[in-house]
Amino acid sequence: MSKLKVVHYINNFFAGIGGEEKADIVPEIREGVVGPGMALNKALGDEAEVVATAICGDSYFGENLEEAQATLIEMIKQYEPDLFVAGPAFNAGRYGVACGIIAKAVEAELNIPVITGMYIENPGADMFKKDLHIIATNNSAADMRNAIPKVAKLGLKLAKGEEVGPPEEEGYHVRGIRVNYFHERRGTERAIDMLLKKINGEEFVTEYPMPVFDRVEPQPAIKDMSKVKVAIVTSGGIVPQGNPDRIESSSATKYGIYDISGMDSLTSDKFMTIHGGYDRAFVTENPNLVVPLDVMREMEKEGVIGELCNYFVTTTGTGTAVGNAKAFGEAFSKKLVADGVEAVILTST
Amino acid sequence: MVKEVERAGIPVVHVCTVTPISLTVGANRIVPAVGIPYPLGDPNLDVEGDKKLRRQLVEKALKALQTEVEEQTVFED
Repeated sequence: MSKLKVVHYINNFFAGIGGEEKADIVPEIREGVVGPGMALNKALGDEAEVVATAICGDSYFGENLEEAQATLIEMIKQYEPDLFVAGPAFNAGRYGVACGIIAKAVEAELNIPVITGMYIENPGADMFKKDLHIIATNNSAADMRNAIPKVAKLGLKLAKGEEVGPPEEEGYHVRGIRVNYFHERRGTERAIDMLLKKINGEEFVTEYPMPVFDRVEPQPAIKDMSKVKVAIVTSGGIVPQGNPDRIESSSATKYGIYDISGMDSLTSDKFMTIHGGYDRAFVTENPNLVVPLDVMREMEKEGVIGELCNYFVTTTGTGTAVGNAKAFGEAFSKKLVADGVEAVILTST
Repeated sequence: MVKEVERAGIPVVHVCTVTPISLTVGANRIVPAVGIPYPLGDPNLDVEGDKKLRRQLVEKALKALQTEVEEQTVFED
């Protein structure tokens, strides 16, 4: 069998052309290996060979994104590679971003597997870890001899279409992809093992790491409620009958703002719930169970609160991505502030 | 969403049934609700009882908004 063909991408610095003063060089391609390609070629062994090296200045790439990509792809294409390797870029920011962009473009345009390598704090790692296999490296090129074998090993697997193991095994940055597989021991046994270790104060590794949430300082308490405009926000999926904005019943990608001016209660002929995460029977009968308009309107009339905002904000909380929820919150909070809302009651089912 | 409201400078109270989720996500003022399919009220009560319960919960939520907190606080009874 003939060797798999690999095209390697590096920047001006690793090509030995020069440092910052040469960062504006235009794309070029050379036959065979250049710089770190030598080590890469060795690590690929008998199965694959670096047939060409594409080179581009980091500044040129950054300043001429479209052109640089188009030119490089044309150059790379001629060699009909089976695998494309970019970098590794370690902690070089522009280089990392360039590696990410070109690797993603090559994958899309030439339909071949791609791989790169970066330090976790390289901005390119954050930008592309969801799209690409990025081998986790240390923060400087001194780590080359550790990084290259990992790049070569995983690159070969990708090129041969073999199954790729989890990040901790293969050494790439966590991509946030969950893969189903059959474990030789069932869940109950593993859970009990974990629990016993926890009770005994031994170390254990969770199978479901929780995302890290940021924190916000509490706002000061409200002094006089009778002077304050209050708004109701909910993740309970209450919408006008017919769901005019087509908010999803789970994994919402949007929120709605609906008028309640002049209404004393949220009646079931005008409102409904589309939330897919709880038994809707009760709320369908009485939407005030989630958006307590009836009692809040009374309290407004009694002067307990200064004013009730004349709309409520709503979405579906179930399965909704944290990123989406955050974006909704950012967007509608601006409106709330602009409309003079000084307190919010947010209800969740 | 709770945090973004608070970050925007508006005091916010989270009325929810599953308070551990609210604590994990990072709400600062939390009032436990009645039940998942009926957070504010109880349809098993008669209409008046249900509404009275809802009013009590909203009053509790307003009280939470008028209470200074230094850290995440669940306003139990």
